[in-house]
Amino acid sequence: MRPDAEFFPRDPADHPPAYSPVYKSSVLRSPRFPLLSLQNSLSEVTGPVFGATDIGPLDHDLILNYVQSGEPIGERVIIHGRLLDGEGRGLGGMLIELWQANAGGRYRHALDTYLAPIDPNFGGCGRTITDAEGNYSFRTIKPGPYPFRNRVNDWRPAHIHFSLFGSGFAQRLITQMYFEGDPLIAHDAIIATMPDPALRDRLTAKLDLKASVPLDTLAYRFDMVLRGRRQTRFENKLQGS
Amino acid sequence: MDYLPETPSQTAGPYVHIGLIPRQAGFEIFVNNLGERMVTDATRGERIRIEGRIFDGAGSLVRDALVEVWQADAHGRHNHPADVQEGAAHDPAFHGWGRAGTDFATGIWAFDTIKPGAVEGRSGRGRMAPHVSLWIVARGINLGLSTRMYFGDEAAANEADPVLNLIDPARRGTIIAARGGRDGAVVYSFDIRLQGEGETVFLDI
Ligand SMILES: [Fe+3]
Repeated sequence: MRPDAEFFPRDPADHPPAYSPVYKSSVLRSPRFPLLSLQNSLSEVTGPVFGATDIGPLDHDLILNYVQSGEPIGERVIIHGRLLDGEGRGLGGMLIELWQANAGGRYRHALDTYLAPIDPNFGGCGRTITDAEGNYSFRTIKPGPYPFRNRVNDWRPAHIHFSLFGSGFAQRLITQMYFEGDPLIAHDAIIATMPDPALRDRLTAKLDLKASVPLDTLAYRFDMVLRGRRQTRFENKLQGS
Repeated sequence: MDYLPETPSQTAGPYVHIGLIPRQAGFEIFVNNLGERMVTDATRGERIRIEGRIFDGAGSLVRDALVEVWQADAHGRHNHPADVQEGAAHDPAFHGWGRAGTDFATGIWAFDTIKPGAVEGRSGRGRMAPHVSLWIVARGINLGLSTRMYFGDEAAANEADPVLNLIDPARRGTIIAARGGRDGAVVYSFDIRLQGEGETVFLDI
């Protein structure tokens, strides 16, 4: 392996700690031993490659991708932005997946028993491949807040779960996106695993009126960043490509 | 110069299946369910099953996790342009990646795959023993956990493996799976312990 294929090390200050008692589920699911720091090998700098043929033409449009008898209920929104590396360059050709509750805060999931109704026309998941500049765009319904079992009266703010692939398995990341101005953000136990306001701000999508479709759909902008490769000191192309 | 910080991780939560393996959440939506099938008839190599369970710090089964694997093909090549090892090209019938949820009832996750070959290590450190990289997310896991699974029947290669040799010998066994069989198929059992007694070695990669 050429050393310039390596990723910059992950900075733990960029993430919530594994053990975060405010989020009770983390108490028994967080390792006690320190993680073993490993310099990258081929196993970490490589990763699965996806292409447009892996997904379907409507996969990115949650308003249409599960239509049975009509369109889903709720606020129509566009979520868009760029997938970048640590040096601000777009990551093209990467798989982004997302999932969310419906407008009432209910997931189409066998284990979700919240009393809000299932929307017959809303699946709640989507995926896309970033374009050559790292741009992505989804169309969906704004999810509703929902209660969850942590403290007795805990509610999740409206959020969308994102799953991100880079070009190497070491870049694999799952996160959540919140909506600017949501009063529940200040009370959420999962957001509270990140005491640093800078981290919370990075996960908050901003209203983007210019990207909205007048009389049709509001837009929010959400950029995401994955670890960059050291090789960028020397060249722009992924070795071997 | 200024670097952009990595986007903070957040837990995948209890409903990760809806996005990544919607069939397990209870519905069909995508034509192509990614990561469901790792091998075809054309894939080269020895067919194996890797399976295990995940336990939390109280010894309870974790039934709502998602596991992804990434591995080399039977000759130790990755289906990726950064794999510039000398020799044969990678097996075009093997993608190398899979994902599976733990069963909601039994807590078992499983992959039907092939046994990977040894992979070149970092320069000057010799070859790495055959292994599979794993990534685990779930409710209560704030940042996906990375580990590797090595093969119990590769004692000599494991002995020389540059990563296993970084680990306290008392803990090495937590990432080496025993080879067994069931109904004529090869099965490697790999239980993961998130915390406490026998805690799995997790990696900061
Ligand atoms: Fe959620």
